[in-house]
Amino acid sequence: MDELKRIEVEYGNIESDKMRLNMGPQHPSTHGVLRLEVELDGEIVTDVVPHLGYLHRCFEKHAEKMTYPQVIPYIDRMDYICSMNNELPYVMGVEKMLDIQVSNKVEYIRVIMCELNRIANHEIAVAAFGLDTGALTPFLYFFRDRERILSIFEKASGGRLLYNYFWIGGLAHDVHPTFKEDVLDIIRQVRVTNEEIINLLIYNKIFVERAANIGILPADVAINYGVSGPMLRGSGVKFDLRKNEPYSIYDRFDFDIPVGKGEVGTVGDCWDRTIVRMNEMEESCKIIEQAIAQMPMEGDVREKLPKKIRPKGEIYTRAENPKGDLGFYIVGNGTDKPERVKARGTSFVNLSVIPEISKGYMFADLVLILGSIDIVLGEVDR
Amino acid sequence: MQAQEIFEILKEKFGEAIIELKAEPNFETYVVIKAESVFDVSIFLRDDDRLQFDYLMCLSGLDSGENLTVVYHLHSTKLAHKFIYKVIVPKADPKVPTVERVWRSADWHEREAWDLIGVEFVGHHNMIRILCPYDWEGHPLRKDYQTPEYYHGMKVPY
Repeated sequence: MDELKRIEVEYGNIESDKMRLNMGPQHPSTHGVLRLEVELDGEIVTDVVPHLGYLHRCFEKHAEKMTYPQVIPYIDRMDYICSMNNELPYVMGVEKMLDIQVSNKVEYIRVIMCELNRIANHEIAVAAFGLDTGALTPFLYFFRDRERILSIFEKASGGRLLYNYFWIGGLAHDVHPTFKEDVLDIIRQVRVTNEEIINLLIYNKIFVERAANIGILPADVAINYGVSGPMLRGSGVKFDLRKNEPYSIYDRFDFDIPVGKGEVGTVGDCWDRTIVRMNEMEESCKIIEQAIAQMPMEGDVREKLPKKIRPKGEIYTRAENPKGDLGFYIVGNGTDKPERVKARGTSFVNLSVIPEISKGYMFADLVLILGSIDIVLGEVDR
Repeated sequence: MQAQEIFEILKEKFGEAIIELKAEPNFETYVVIKAESVFDVSIFLRDDDRLQFDYLMCLSGLDSGENLTVVYHLHSTKLAHKFIYKVIVPKADPKVPTVERVWRSADWHEREAWDLIGVEFVGHHNMIRILCPYDWEGHPLRKDYQTPEYYHGMKVPY
Protein backbone atom coordinates (compact mmCIF):
# COMPACT_ATOMS: atom_id res chain seq x y z
CA MET A 1 0.00 0.00 0.00
CA ASP A 2 2.93 2.25 0.64
CA GLU A 3 3.86 2.19 -3.01
CA LEU A 4 0.36 3.08 -4.13
CA LYS A 5 0.49 6.23 -2.08
CA ARG A 6 3.79 7.19 -3.59
CA ILE A 7 2.33 7.05 -7.07
CA GLU A 8 -0.63 9.16 -6.11
CA VAL A 9 1.59 11.75 -4.60
CA GLU A 10 3.89 11.77 -7.57
CA TYR A 11 1.22 12.16 -10.19
CA GLY A 12 -1.09 14.26 -8.05
CA ASN A 13 0.23 17.64 -9.15
CA ILE A 14 -2.12 18.11 -12.10
CA GLU A 15 -2.45 21.62 -13.41
CA SER A 16 -5.96 22.88 -14.01
CA ASP A 17 -5.54 23.39 -17.74
CA LYS A 18 -4.05 19.95 -18.40
CA MET A 19 -5.98 16.73 -18.67
CA ARG A 20 -4.98 13.20 -17.75
CA LEU A 21 -6.45 10.59 -19.99
CA ASN A 22 -6.21 6.83 -19.75
CA MET A 23 -5.62 5.02 -23.00
CA GLY A 24 -6.14 1.33 -22.48
CA PRO A 25 -5.78 -1.30 -21.14
CA GLN A 26 -8.74 -2.25 -23.33
CA HIS A 27 -8.09 -0.01 -26.29
CA PRO A 28 -7.88 -1.30 -29.86
CA SER A 29 -4.88 0.79 -30.86
CA THR A 30 -2.69 -0.16 -27.93
CA HIS A 31 -2.04 -3.51 -29.70
CA GLY A 32 -2.75 -5.47 -26.56
CA VAL A 33 -3.39 -4.80 -22.91
CA LEU A 34 -1.23 -1.76 -22.39
CA ARG A 35 -2.34 1.21 -20.35
CA LEU A 36 -0.93 4.58 -21.24
CA GLU A 37 -1.60 7.43 -18.89
CA VAL A 38 -1.44 10.47 -21.14
CA GLU A 39 -1.17 14.06 -19.99
CA LEU A 40 -2.72 16.40 -22.53
CA ASP A 41 -2.56 20.13 -23.04
CA GLY A 42 -5.51 20.56 -25.35
CA GLU A 43 -4.63 18.01 -28.01
CA ILE A 44 -0.89 18.13 -27.47
CA VAL A 45 0.70 15.27 -25.58
CA THR A 46 2.85 16.61 -22.74
CA ASP A 47 3.61 13.37 -20.94
CA VAL A 48 3.07 9.63 -21.32
CA VAL A 49 3.34 7.16 -18.47
CA PRO A 50 3.08 3.50 -19.54
CA HIS A 51 1.68 1.06 -16.99
CA LEU A 52 2.65 -2.51 -17.74
CA GLY A 53 1.95 -5.90 -16.31
CA TYR A 54 -1.58 -6.70 -17.45
CA LEU A 55 -0.26 -9.75 -19.30
CA HIS A 56 2.43 -10.75 -16.81
CA ARG A 57 2.56 -14.53 -16.77
CA CYS A 58 5.62 -15.05 -14.59
CA PHE A 59 7.76 -16.51 -17.36
CA GLU A 60 10.96 -16.21 -15.36
CA LYS A 61 9.44 -17.84 -12.27
CA HIS A 62 8.01 -20.69 -14.33
CA ALA A 63 11.36 -21.20 -16.05
CA GLU A 64 12.99 -21.94 -12.71
CA LYS A 65 10.67 -24.89 -12.20
CA MET A 66 10.93 -26.36 -15.71
CA THR A 67 13.61 -28.47 -17.29
CA TYR A 68 15.52 -26.86 -20.13
CA PRO A 69 13.41 -28.30 -23.00
CA GLN A 70 10.19 -27.48 -21.14
CA VAL A 71 11.04 -23.78 -21.16
CA ILE A 72 10.73 -23.55 -24.95
CA PRO A 73 6.90 -23.53 -25.14
CA TYR A 74 6.87 -20.65 -22.65
CA ILE A 75 9.26 -18.74 -24.85
CA ASP A 76 6.86 -19.25 -27.77
CA ARG A 77 4.21 -17.44 -25.81
CA MET A 78 6.36 -14.40 -25.14
CA ASP A 79 6.26 -12.84 -28.57
CA TYR A 80 3.54 -14.89 -30.17
CA ILE A 81 3.86 -13.14 -33.54
CA CYS A 82 7.36 -14.49 -34.18
CA SER A 83 7.76 -17.57 -32.01
CA MET A 84 10.37 -19.17 -34.26
CA ASN A 85 12.73 -16.24 -33.78
CA ASN A 86 12.17 -16.30 -30.04
CA GLU A 87 13.25 -19.90 -29.72
CA LEU A 88 16.50 -19.41 -31.60
CA PRO A 89 18.58 -17.45 -29.04
CA TYR A 90 17.49 -19.74 -26.22
CA VAL A 91 18.35 -23.00 -27.97
CA MET A 92 21.58 -21.49 -29.27
CA GLY A 93 22.51 -20.51 -25.74
CA VAL A 94 21.82 -23.91 -24.21
CA GLU A 95 23.62 -25.65 -27.07
CA LYS A 96 26.61 -23.42 -26.51
CA MET A 97 26.61 -24.26 -22.79
CA LEU A 98 26.50 -27.97 -23.58
CA ASP A 99 28.95 -27.62 -26.46
CA ILE A 100 26.63 -29.20 -29.03
CA GLN A 101 27.10 -28.52 -32.71
CA VAL A 102 23.95 -28.98 -34.76
CA SER A 103 24.11 -30.25 -38.33
CA ASN A 104 24.18 -28.11 -41.42
CA LYS A 105 20.68 -29.06 -42.39
CA VAL A 106 19.26 -27.97 -39.04
CA GLU A 107 21.01 -24.60 -39.30
CA TYR A 108 19.54 -24.00 -42.74
CA ILE A 109 16.03 -24.96 -41.71
CA ARG A 110 16.32 -22.71 -38.68
CA VAL A 111 17.41 -19.75 -40.78
CA ILE A 112 14.65 -20.29 -43.34
CA MET A 113 12.00 -20.59 -40.64
CA CYS A 114 13.30 -17.49 -38.86
CA GLU A 115 13.32 -15.43 -42.00
CA LEU A 116 9.83 -16.60 -42.96
CA ASN A 117 8.69 -15.64 -39.50
CA ARG A 118 10.39 -12.27 -39.90
CA ILE A 119 8.36 -11.67 -43.05
CA ALA A 120 5.18 -12.71 -41.24
CA ASN A 121 5.99 -10.39 -38.34
CA HIS A 122 6.74 -7.38 -40.53
CA GLU A 123 3.56 -8.03 -42.48
CA ILE A 124 1.57 -7.76 -39.27
CA ALA A 125 3.56 -4.71 -38.17
CA VAL A 126 3.00 -2.79 -41.40
CA ALA A 127 -0.58 -4.02 -41.71
CA ALA A 128 -1.49 -2.93 -38.20
CA PHE A 129 0.30 0.35 -38.70
CA GLY A 130 -1.70 0.90 -41.88
CA LEU A 131 -4.82 0.12 -39.90
CA ASP A 132 -3.84 2.77 -37.36
CA THR A 133 -3.61 5.33 -40.15
CA GLY A 134 -6.98 4.24 -41.50
CA ALA A 135 -5.95 1.94 -44.35
CA LEU A 136 -7.84 -1.35 -44.18
CA THR A 137 -7.03 -2.96 -47.54
CA PRO A 138 -3.29 -3.60 -47.00
CA PHE A 139 -4.20 -5.40 -43.81
CA LEU A 140 -6.26 -7.91 -45.75
CA TYR A 141 -3.60 -8.37 -48.45
CA PHE A 142 -0.90 -8.97 -45.87
CA PHE A 143 -2.98 -11.41 -43.91
CA ARG A 144 -3.64 -13.46 -47.04
CA ASP A 145 0.12 -13.88 -47.47
CA ARG A 146 0.76 -14.48 -43.83
CA GLU A 147 -1.73 -17.31 -43.82
CA ARG A 148 0.34 -19.08 -46.45
CA ILE A 149 3.52 -18.66 -44.40
CA LEU A 150 1.71 -20.04 -41.36
CA SER A 151 0.67 -23.05 -43.43
CA ILE A 152 4.35 -23.88 -43.95
CA PHE A 153 4.89 -23.70 -40.20
CA GLU A 154 1.82 -25.81 -39.63
CA LYS A 155 3.09 -28.48 -42.00
CA ALA A 156 6.46 -28.54 -40.27
CA SER A 157 5.53 -28.23 -36.61
CA GLY A 158 1.79 -28.74 -36.28
CA GLY A 159 1.12 -25.30 -34.87
CA ARG A 160 0.12 -22.12 -36.63
CA LEU A 161 1.24 -19.65 -34.02
CA LEU A 162 3.08 -21.47 -31.24
CA TYR A 163 5.49 -23.98 -32.67
CA ASN A 164 7.84 -25.55 -30.10
CA TYR A 165 9.84 -26.44 -33.20
CA PHE A 166 13.44 -25.57 -32.38
CA TRP A 167 14.66 -28.03 -29.83
CA ILE A 168 17.93 -28.17 -28.01
CA GLY A 169 20.20 -30.07 -30.36
CA GLY A 170 17.99 -29.88 -33.42
CA LEU A 171 14.39 -29.65 -34.47
CA ALA A 172 11.18 -31.32 -33.38
CA HIS A 173 10.46 -32.80 -36.81
CA ASP A 174 11.99 -32.93 -40.24
CA VAL A 175 10.45 -30.73 -42.93
CA HIS A 176 8.12 -32.22 -45.51
CA PRO A 177 9.54 -33.28 -48.91
CA THR A 178 7.97 -30.38 -50.85
CA PHE A 179 9.33 -27.80 -48.41
CA LYS A 180 11.63 -26.04 -50.89
CA GLU A 181 8.97 -25.59 -53.58
CA ASP A 182 6.41 -24.36 -51.05
CA VAL A 183 8.78 -21.76 -49.65
CA LEU A 184 9.85 -20.47 -53.06
CA ASP A 185 6.22 -20.25 -54.06
CA ILE A 186 5.49 -18.06 -51.04
CA ILE A 187 8.50 -15.84 -51.70
CA ARG A 188 7.13 -15.11 -55.16
CA GLN A 189 3.75 -14.18 -53.71
CA VAL A 190 5.31 -12.03 -50.96
CA ARG A 191 7.27 -10.01 -53.51
CA VAL A 192 4.19 -9.37 -55.63
CA THR A 193 2.19 -8.22 -52.62
CA ASN A 194 4.97 -6.03 -51.30
CA GLU A 195 5.29 -4.29 -54.65
CA GLU A 196 1.57 -3.68 -54.53
CA ILE A 197 1.64 -2.39 -50.96
CA ILE A 198 4.50 -0.02 -51.68
CA ASN A 199 2.43 1.58 -54.44
CA LEU A 200 -0.84 1.39 -52.60
CA LEU A 201 0.15 2.38 -49.08
CA ILE A 202 3.74 3.37 -48.44
CA TYR A 203 4.07 6.19 -51.00
CA ASN A 204 0.41 7.10 -50.80
CA LYS A 205 0.13 10.83 -50.09
CA ILE A 206 -2.35 10.36 -47.28
CA PHE A 207 -0.11 7.82 -45.56
CA VAL A 208 3.02 9.92 -46.03
CA GLU A 209 1.34 13.03 -44.62
CA ARG A 210 0.17 11.03 -41.68
CA ALA A 211 3.32 9.05 -40.83
CA ALA A 212 6.19 11.33 -41.82
CA ASN A 213 7.75 13.75 -39.33
CA ILE A 214 6.14 12.27 -36.24
CA GLY A 215 7.75 10.29 -33.44
CA ILE A 216 11.26 11.29 -34.44
CA LEU A 217 13.90 9.23 -32.65
CA PRO A 218 17.47 10.52 -33.03
CA ALA A 219 20.20 7.90 -33.30
CA ASP A 220 22.03 8.76 -30.06
CA VAL A 221 18.81 8.72 -28.04
CA ALA A 222 17.94 5.36 -29.58
CA ILE A 223 21.26 3.83 -28.55
CA ASN A 224 21.08 5.29 -25.06
CA TYR A 225 17.63 3.80 -24.58
CA GLY A 226 18.86 0.42 -25.81
CA VAL A 227 16.42 0.46 -28.72
CA SER A 228 17.10 -2.16 -31.38
CA GLY A 229 15.78 -3.67 -34.56
CA PRO A 230 13.88 -1.68 -37.20
CA MET A 231 13.44 1.10 -34.64
CA LEU A 232 17.20 1.59 -34.40
CA ARG A 233 17.79 1.15 -38.11
CA GLY A 234 14.97 3.56 -38.87
CA SER A 235 17.04 6.16 -37.04
CA GLY A 236 19.87 5.60 -39.49
CA VAL A 237 22.09 3.32 -37.42
CA LYS A 238 23.38 0.46 -39.52
CA PHE A 239 23.32 -2.20 -36.82
CA ASP A 240 22.03 -5.70 -37.30
CA LEU A 241 23.25 -8.66 -35.26
CA ARG A 242 22.98 -10.90 -38.29
CA LYS A 243 25.68 -8.77 -39.93
CA ASN A 244 27.60 -7.25 -37.01
CA GLU A 245 27.88 -10.39 -34.87
CA PRO A 246 26.91 -13.23 -37.19
CA TYR A 247 25.39 -16.13 -35.27
CA SER A 248 24.14 -19.46 -36.65
CA ILE A 249 25.09 -19.40 -40.35
CA TYR A 250 24.16 -15.84 -41.27
CA ASP A 251 27.70 -15.12 -42.42
CA ARG A 252 27.09 -17.35 -45.46
CA PHE A 253 24.46 -15.10 -47.00
CA ASP A 254 24.67 -11.92 -48.95
CA PHE A 255 22.16 -9.29 -47.84
CA ASP A 256 21.92 -5.59 -47.02
CA ILE A 257 20.84 -3.79 -43.90
CA PRO A 258 18.17 -1.26 -44.80
CA VAL A 259 18.32 1.98 -42.82
CA GLY A 260 16.04 5.00 -42.59
CA LYS A 261 17.15 7.91 -44.74
CA GLY A 262 14.43 10.46 -44.12
CA GLU A 263 13.15 10.12 -47.67
CA VAL A 264 9.86 11.93 -47.10
CA GLY A 265 10.46 13.52 -43.72
CA THR A 266 13.09 13.42 -40.99
CA VAL A 267 15.42 10.52 -40.28
CA GLY A 268 13.95 8.36 -37.55
CA ASP A 269 10.27 9.16 -38.01
CA CYS A 270 7.43 6.66 -38.15
CA TRP A 271 7.54 6.46 -41.93
CA ASP A 272 11.23 5.53 -41.87
CA ARG A 273 10.57 2.65 -39.51
CA THR A 274 7.87 1.39 -41.84
CA ILE A 275 10.02 1.53 -44.96
CA VAL A 276 12.82 -0.27 -43.10
CA ARG A 277 10.36 -3.09 -42.35
CA MET A 278 9.25 -3.21 -45.98
CA ASN A 279 12.84 -3.37 -47.22
CA GLU A 280 13.77 -5.99 -44.65
CA MET A 281 11.13 -8.29 -46.04
CA GLU A 282 12.90 -8.15 -49.38
CA GLU A 283 16.25 -8.88 -47.70
CA SER A 284 14.67 -11.84 -45.92
CA CYS A 285 13.44 -13.12 -49.28
CA LYS A 286 17.02 -12.91 -50.56
CA ILE A 287 18.35 -14.87 -47.58
CA ILE A 288 15.68 -17.53 -47.98
CA GLU A 289 16.46 -17.96 -51.68
CA GLN A 290 20.16 -18.43 -50.97
CA ALA A 291 19.45 -20.78 -48.08
CA ILE A 292 17.07 -22.88 -50.16
CA ALA A 293 19.72 -23.21 -52.86
CA GLN A 294 22.40 -24.34 -50.38
CA MET A 295 20.30 -26.49 -48.08
CA PRO A 296 20.81 -30.27 -48.05
CA MET A 297 17.60 -32.34 -47.82
CA GLU A 298 19.25 -35.50 -46.46
CA GLY A 299 20.24 -36.19 -42.91
CA ASP A 300 18.83 -36.31 -39.44
CA VAL A 301 17.50 -33.23 -37.68
CA ARG A 302 18.34 -34.25 -34.11
CA GLU A 303 21.71 -34.57 -32.48
CA LYS A 304 22.40 -37.19 -29.83
CA LEU A 305 21.79 -35.67 -26.41
CA PRO A 306 22.18 -36.95 -22.88
CA LYS A 307 18.88 -38.02 -21.38
CA LYS A 308 18.90 -35.13 -18.97
CA ILE A 309 20.44 -31.82 -19.86
CA ARG A 310 22.49 -30.45 -16.99
CA PRO A 311 24.50 -27.45 -18.11
CA LYS A 312 26.61 -25.54 -15.63
CA GLY A 313 27.71 -21.97 -16.09
CA GLU A 314 26.10 -18.88 -17.44
CA ILE A 315 25.69 -17.30 -20.81
CA TYR A 316 24.07 -14.29 -22.40
CA THR A 317 22.86 -15.04 -25.90
CA ARG A 318 21.10 -12.76 -28.27
CA ALA A 319 19.73 -12.89 -31.75
CA GLU A 320 18.13 -10.46 -34.13
CA ASN A 321 14.41 -10.79 -33.71
CA PRO A 322 12.09 -9.09 -36.21
CA LYS A 323 11.45 -6.52 -33.50
CA GLY A 324 15.04 -6.15 -32.43
CA ASP A 325 17.62 -7.74 -30.25
CA LEU A 326 16.24 -10.51 -28.05
CA GLY A 327 18.56 -11.72 -25.32
CA PHE A 328 18.49 -14.52 -22.80
CA TYR A 329 20.66 -14.58 -19.72
CA ILE A 330 20.75 -18.24 -18.75
CA VAL A 331 22.31 -19.41 -15.49
CA GLY A 332 22.70 -23.15 -15.04
CA ASN A 333 23.68 -24.76 -11.74
CA GLY A 334 24.39 -28.29 -12.91
CA THR A 335 20.87 -29.62 -12.35
CA ASP A 336 18.28 -30.23 -15.05
CA LYS A 337 16.47 -27.00 -14.19
CA PRO A 338 17.87 -23.56 -14.89
CA GLU A 339 18.74 -21.40 -11.91
CA ARG A 340 17.60 -18.28 -13.72
CA VAL A 341 16.43 -17.39 -17.20
CA LYS A 342 16.19 -13.69 -17.70
CA ALA A 343 14.63 -12.56 -20.94
CA ARG A 344 15.60 -9.18 -22.27
CA GLY A 345 12.38 -8.55 -24.14
CA THR A 346 12.79 -6.53 -27.27
CA SER A 347 9.40 -4.88 -27.01
CA PHE A 348 10.00 -4.16 -23.33
CA VAL A 349 13.07 -2.08 -24.13
CA ASN A 350 11.66 -0.53 -27.28
CA LEU A 351 8.49 0.55 -25.52
CA SER A 352 10.46 2.38 -22.83
CA VAL A 353 11.31 5.07 -25.36
CA ILE A 354 7.69 6.12 -25.93
CA PRO A 355 7.57 8.97 -23.36
CA GLU A 356 10.63 10.42 -25.05
CA ILE A 357 9.40 10.36 -28.65
CA SER A 358 5.74 11.26 -28.20
CA LYS A 359 6.00 14.51 -26.27
CA GLY A 360 4.86 17.52 -28.24
CA TYR A 361 2.85 15.61 -30.83
CA MET A 362 -0.91 15.44 -31.22
CA PHE A 363 -2.86 12.81 -29.35
CA ALA A 364 -3.87 11.15 -32.62
CA ASP A 365 -0.19 10.84 -33.52
CA LEU A 366 0.48 8.95 -30.29
CA VAL A 367 -1.53 6.05 -31.70
CA LEU A 368 0.71 6.00 -34.76
CA ILE A 369 3.91 6.32 -32.76
CA LEU A 370 2.86 3.37 -30.64
CA GLY A 371 1.98 1.42 -33.78
CA SER A 372 5.35 2.15 -35.37
CA ILE A 373 7.23 0.72 -32.38
CA ASP A 374 5.59 -2.64 -33.14
CA ILE A 375 5.17 -4.06 -29.66
CA VAL A 376 3.71 -7.34 -28.56
CA LEU A 377 2.50 -7.19 -25.01
CA GLY A 378 3.27 -10.83 -24.42
CA GLU A 379 6.93 -9.92 -24.60
CA VAL A 380 6.66 -6.64 -22.72
CA ASP A 381 4.99 -8.22 -19.72
CA ARG A 382 6.33 -11.78 -20.10
CA MET B 1 39.11 -5.32 -26.48
CA GLN B 2 39.21 -8.34 -24.16
CA ALA B 3 37.88 -8.38 -20.60
CA GLN B 4 41.44 -8.69 -19.26
CA GLU B 5 42.54 -5.38 -20.81
CA ILE B 6 39.38 -3.61 -19.68
CA PHE B 7 39.95 -4.98 -16.18
CA GLU B 8 43.46 -3.54 -16.14
CA ILE B 9 42.24 -0.13 -17.31
CA LEU B 10 39.58 -0.12 -14.59
CA LYS B 11 42.00 -1.35 -11.92
CA GLU B 12 44.39 1.44 -12.76
CA LYS B 13 41.65 4.06 -12.56
CA PHE B 14 39.59 2.86 -9.59
CA GLY B 15 41.99 0.64 -7.60
CA GLU B 16 40.26 -0.95 -4.64
CA ALA B 17 36.74 -0.57 -6.03
CA ILE B 18 37.42 -3.23 -8.67
CA ILE B 19 37.47 -6.49 -6.76
CA GLU B 20 38.43 -9.24 -9.19
CA LEU B 21 38.35 -10.68 -12.68
CA LYS B 22 36.76 -14.10 -12.94
CA ALA B 23 37.41 -16.43 -15.83
CA GLU B 24 35.86 -19.79 -15.02
CA PRO B 25 35.21 -22.53 -17.55
CA ASN B 26 31.67 -22.30 -18.99
CA PHE B 27 31.34 -18.72 -17.75
CA GLU B 28 31.82 -15.61 -19.81
CA THR B 29 34.65 -13.64 -18.21
CA TYR B 30 33.34 -11.01 -15.85
CA VAL B 31 34.55 -8.45 -13.36
CA VAL B 32 33.19 -7.98 -9.85
CA ILE B 33 33.05 -4.42 -8.56
CA LYS B 34 32.05 -2.78 -5.31
CA ALA B 35 28.47 -1.58 -5.05
CA GLU B 36 29.32 2.01 -4.03
CA SER B 37 31.36 2.67 -7.16
CA VAL B 38 28.86 1.38 -9.76
CA PHE B 39 27.89 4.81 -10.98
CA ASP B 40 31.45 6.11 -11.37
CA VAL B 41 32.66 2.95 -13.10
CA SER B 42 29.66 2.92 -15.43
CA ILE B 43 30.07 6.50 -16.53
CA PHE B 44 33.79 5.87 -17.09
CA LEU B 45 32.99 2.78 -19.18
CA ARG B 46 30.61 4.83 -21.30
CA ASP B 47 32.73 7.93 -21.81
CA ASP B 48 36.32 6.68 -22.02
CA ASP B 49 37.64 6.79 -25.58
CA ARG B 50 39.16 3.33 -25.39
CA LEU B 51 35.95 1.69 -24.11
CA GLN B 52 32.87 3.59 -25.36
CA PHE B 53 30.24 1.22 -23.98
CA ASP B 54 27.21 3.13 -25.18
CA TYR B 55 24.71 0.27 -25.16
CA LEU B 56 23.44 -1.53 -22.08
CA MET B 57 22.22 -4.85 -23.44
CA CYS B 58 20.81 -6.27 -20.27
CA LEU B 59 20.62 -5.65 -16.56
CA SER B 60 19.59 -8.69 -14.56
CA GLY B 61 19.01 -9.33 -10.91
CA LEU B 62 19.95 -12.72 -9.55
CA ASP B 63 19.31 -14.46 -6.25
CA SER B 64 22.54 -16.27 -5.45
CA GLY B 65 21.69 -17.72 -2.07
CA GLU B 66 23.31 -15.52 0.56
CA ASN B 67 23.54 -12.47 -1.65
CA LEU B 68 21.80 -10.73 -4.48
CA THR B 69 23.74 -10.14 -7.68
CA VAL B 70 23.18 -7.51 -10.33
CA VAL B 71 24.69 -8.33 -13.72
CA TYR B 72 25.39 -5.68 -16.33
CA HIS B 73 25.94 -6.74 -19.94
CA LEU B 74 27.48 -3.96 -22.00
CA HIS B 75 28.13 -3.60 -25.69
CA SER B 76 29.82 -0.91 -27.69
CA THR B 77 28.18 -0.13 -31.01
CA LYS B 78 31.23 1.85 -32.13
CA LEU B 79 34.05 -0.51 -31.12
CA ALA B 80 32.02 -3.77 -31.22
CA HIS B 81 33.26 -5.27 -27.98
CA LYS B 82 31.46 -6.52 -24.90
CA PHE B 83 31.94 -6.40 -21.20
CA ILE B 84 30.21 -7.97 -18.22
CA TYR B 85 30.42 -6.79 -14.66
CA LYS B 86 28.66 -7.85 -11.52
CA VAL B 87 27.78 -6.27 -8.24
CA ILE B 88 27.16 -8.48 -5.22
CA VAL B 89 25.15 -7.06 -2.31
CA PRO B 90 23.95 -8.74 0.90
CA LYS B 91 20.30 -9.76 1.05
CA ALA B 92 19.78 -7.83 4.28
CA ASP B 93 20.68 -4.49 2.71
CA PRO B 94 20.50 -4.75 -1.09
CA LYS B 95 21.34 -1.23 -2.18
CA VAL B 96 23.03 -0.41 -5.50
CA PRO B 97 23.42 3.07 -7.00
CA THR B 98 21.30 3.56 -10.10
CA VAL B 99 22.81 3.82 -13.57
CA GLU B 100 19.69 5.19 -15.25
CA ARG B 101 21.45 8.49 -15.87
CA VAL B 102 24.25 6.67 -17.67
CA TRP B 103 22.06 4.49 -19.89
CA ARG B 104 18.38 5.35 -20.04
CA SER B 105 17.57 1.72 -20.85
CA ALA B 106 18.51 0.91 -17.25
CA ASP B 107 15.38 2.71 -16.02
CA TRP B 108 12.93 -0.10 -16.73
CA HIS B 109 15.47 -2.87 -16.20
CA GLU B 110 16.17 -1.56 -12.70
CA ARG B 111 12.49 -1.30 -11.92
CA GLU B 112 12.13 -4.90 -13.05
CA ALA B 113 15.04 -6.02 -10.87
CA TRP B 114 13.46 -4.21 -7.91
CA ASP B 115 10.08 -5.75 -8.63
CA LEU B 116 11.18 -9.35 -9.06
CA ILE B 117 14.39 -9.68 -7.04
CA GLY B 118 14.21 -6.78 -4.61
CA VAL B 119 17.43 -4.93 -5.30
CA GLU B 120 16.96 -1.30 -4.36
CA PHE B 121 18.54 1.13 -6.78
CA VAL B 122 19.47 4.23 -4.84
CA GLY B 123 18.79 7.48 -6.68
CA HIS B 124 16.37 6.07 -9.21
CA HIS B 125 13.72 8.68 -10.01
CA ASN B 126 10.76 6.31 -9.92
CA MET B 127 11.55 3.13 -8.00
CA ILE B 128 8.15 1.42 -8.26
CA ARG B 129 7.08 -2.00 -9.44
CA ILE B 130 6.73 -2.55 -13.16
CA LEU B 131 5.42 -6.06 -13.91
CA CYS B 132 3.57 -7.00 -10.72
CA PRO B 133 0.67 -4.88 -9.43
CA TYR B 134 1.84 -1.78 -7.57
CA ASP B 135 0.62 -3.10 -4.21
CA TRP B 136 2.02 -6.62 -4.55
CA GLU B 137 4.00 -7.86 -1.58
CA GLY B 138 7.36 -9.59 -1.74
CA HIS B 139 9.78 -10.17 -4.56
CA PRO B 140 8.72 -13.26 -6.53
CA LEU B 141 12.06 -14.34 -7.99
CA ARG B 142 13.76 -14.74 -4.63
CA LYS B 143 14.35 -18.38 -3.85
CA ASP B 144 12.66 -18.11 -0.44
CA TYR B 145 9.56 -16.37 -1.81
CA GLN B 146 6.20 -17.61 -0.54
CA THR B 147 3.24 -17.09 -2.85
CA PRO B 148 0.51 -15.28 -0.91
CA GLU B 149 -2.79 -17.10 -0.42
CA TYR B 150 -4.97 -14.20 -1.39
CA TYR B 151 -4.61 -10.95 -3.27
CA HIS B 152 -7.52 -8.52 -2.78
CA GLY B 153 -9.76 -11.43 -1.90
CA MET B 154 -8.78 -13.43 -5.01
CA LYS B 155 -7.10 -16.80 -4.58
CA VAL B 156 -3.57 -16.64 -5.95
CA PRO B 157 -2.34 -20.22 -6.55
CA TYR B 158 -4.56 -21.53 -9.32
